[in-house]
Parts: sequence; C-alpha cells; structure tokens
Amino acid sequence: MTDPALFGYLLRLGDDRLVLGHRLSEWCGHGPILEEDIAMTNLALDLIGHATMFLSLAGEVEGAGQDADALAYWRDEHAFRNLELCELPNGDFAFTMMRQFLFDAWSVPLLEALTRSAEPRLAAIAAKALKETRYHLRHSSEWICRLGDGTEESHRRAQEALDELWPWTGGLEYQDETDRALQARGIAPNPAELLSSWRGLTREVLTRATLLVPDGPMRMTGGRFGRHTEHLGHMLAEMQIVARSHPGAEW
Amino acid sequence: MVAQERVRTEAERRAFRVLELVKDPEVPVLSIVELGVVRDVKTGPAESVVTVTITPTYSGCPAMHVIEEEIVATLRRAGFAEVRIETVYAPAWTTDWIGERAREKLRGFGIAPPGSSADHLVQIAGRNAGLPSSQLPDLPTCPHCGSGDTVLISEFGATACKSLHSCRSCGQPFERFKTF
Repeated sequence: MTDPALFGYLLRLGDDRLVLGHRLSEWCGHGPILEEDIAMTNLALDLIGHATMFLSLAGEVEGAGQDADALAYWRDEHAFRNLELCELPNGDFAFTMMRQFLFDAWSVPLLEALTRSAEPRLAAIAAKALKETRYHLRHSSEWICRLGDGTEESHRRAQEALDELWPWTGGLEYQDETDRALQARGIAPNPAELLSSWRGLTREVLTRATLLVPDGPMRMTGGRFGRHTEHLGHMLAEMQIVARSHPGAEW
Repeated sequence: MVAQERVRTEAERRAFRVLELVKDPEVPVLSIVELGVVRDVKTGPAESVVTVTITPTYSGCPAMHVIEEEIVATLRRAGFAEVRIETVYAPAWTTDWIGERAREKLRGFGIAPPGSSADHLVQIAGRNAGLPSSQLPDLPTCPHCGSGDTVLISEFGATACKSLHSCRSCGQPFERFKTF
C-alpha cells in the first residue's frame, strides 16, 4: 500500500457513516410517526451512500482489490475505525436524535474543511456529502429544540440522552500520527480546530432547547484505533450475516 | 443541462438523443439528461463504443443502480456495441441544473419544482438560527392551485429527492422536488 495514512483516514470517515447509517436503518418500521420513520430511513440511506463513497476510495487507495462491500462486510469489529458514539444502540427516539445531532454538528464543519483537501477525490466526496449533511443537521437540530423545549417528559428524556452521550464525544477531537501525517500534506483538517465550531453549534442549539450542556469530560476515544464497545460486534453480526453466508451472491 | 460543451461527433449527438429515453424511475416525467445526471458522452476509439459520464443525485439514491442498467440497455438497443459508465462526484449535483421546461413537466406531474440553491442556503442558515421557515426564502408554491400559502409536513418524503407539503389554500397535500 502506498498511502496507509490516507487509507486509515478514509476508513474512519466511511465507518462512522456506515455504522450510524445502519443504526438509523434499525428504526425502519419503528418510528414514532410515519413521517419520522421515513425521515430516519432517508438519513440512513444518505449516510450509507456517503460511506460507500469513502470506502470505495479507501479500497482504491489500498490497491488490494477490495471494494466498499468487501470493506463493509468482511472486516471484523477490531478493524472498524468508527467513533463509539456512532455504534451505541438506538435507545429511545430522544437518544437517537441527540446522537444524530452531536454527530451532524461535527460532520458539517468537518466536511466543509474537507472540501478544501489537497486530495481532490476526497474533496469531491466531501462536497457531495456536505449538501445532504446540512439537511441532516437542520432536521436533528429542530428535533432537539422540539424535544428539549417540549413537554416535561420529552425534556427529561432529551437531557438524559445528552448526559449519557456526552462522554462519547471525546472521539471527535482524537488525533494520532495518521491525522498529523495528513494535516502536514494539507489533506485533512486538524480536529482541534473544528472543535470550536462544534462547541459553538451544539451550545447554541442545546441552549435554545433549554438543555444543560454537561461540563464533564469528553473522554471516549477507543473506536479510532479499533477498541469498541460491546455493542458494535452485535450490530456487525446482524449487518454482515447475509453477505458472509452467501459470499459473492448478487441480486 | 450538460457540464462540458464541446463539439460532439454525430455518434455522440445520437447517443445523447437516445439517453433522453432513459427516465428517472422515481420521477418518470424527467429524463436523466434533463435531471443533469448525464454529464458527458464520448465515443471512441470506435464509434460504437460509448462512455457515459454520470453524477449521482443523492448519495444513497437506490435509483442510481437502475439508471445505470437502463443506460447500458438503452444504448445497446440503439446499436452501441459497448457502453461504459464513469461516475464523477464533482461538481456535486444540484437541482439548479434542472431547466425551465423540465420544471414545467414536474408541475404538470403534480410535483412542485425546486427553488434556487442560493435561496436554500439562506433558508438553512435562517432556520438554524431558529427563524420559522415561512419568513425565509425557498418556499414552494402549490402545484395544484399555485398558492404560495403552504406548510412543510416533512423534509423527507417517499424518495430522497422529495419533501412533503400541504397547501392551505386548496387543502391538497403535495410533494416537492427538494432544492439541493
């Protein structure tokens, strides 16, 4: 492989969206109202589409003949590079929307920065994904305001979701030699610089939603180097079973 | 609308006309050329070998697979021996590429056409700041009665490209091709 750093970085971008997209797809047929059921499956489709683009490029960069499907279905848990935030089970609707909001608020400034990447194929995918992600952020922000500033129960659930999810946002600012190598080449942004956008955006929406921003540490970072919660393995077992039971099947 | 305007060979112009026959499976009044999905058509080295450059509408749109198969089948039927498809992501697809005639077709089909993407960015910024969408640009008009007094029911409709609305003047629900 000529560029292991870029390959690793693309896996992170692809895996975040594949895993979160799969989680959202689990809501299909279970949404609280029909419109929201459809909305969440739309978000899932977009995210899996973004994952396909990032993982296809990862396969190209790797040069070992793996396409997006091979990377999605034939890697085991420890080879996934997504944030733990994305793999946590759906919980209730407030938890799912809060997880979505915290991710979208990160994804928008990240993709904006990646449109200026020195790697043109990555910049093109980011520009494409950014348009849909802006829609996602608006959708999740509006739900956070509705839930937080809604009834006593919706407020309670939204606050509980935020408190539970907060420590998992630690992975957002995580960086290692992979990131630093790509930053030096102008390919990837410095996550520390994106964090202020994320903090500003989340603080503004959460305040409008009358929710209290936790002051505890954002500490979980294991997903970026393959150390996941116990939930990812179960999720992958379900996601990968058909492909692995019928290798090479087409329909 | 097509990205690169250059002098086309007779075979390329013919391939373009053939591609007008390939419709969006979700919105069958529009061809993939009108939608802006087809970015370029090139023949070569032989005249019967054609390469079609396309760009996806929505990243996860499942119709793209069907569209690719249709492109190959339709051009083969029209006598092109070999059809290759290349997918590009830049420039990212926008509904601004849908021309006025195609918008008229959408209205006739009962789907409100998209607005301008520049207006849409203003709406996103406004709504992110907590303003109600009724005070912001990029509002659809009802394709049934033409009224501008409409409400958004859901940003995510039956397909990735459409949102759901309702008209307060005539009381009809309608779909809109989202501004993108």
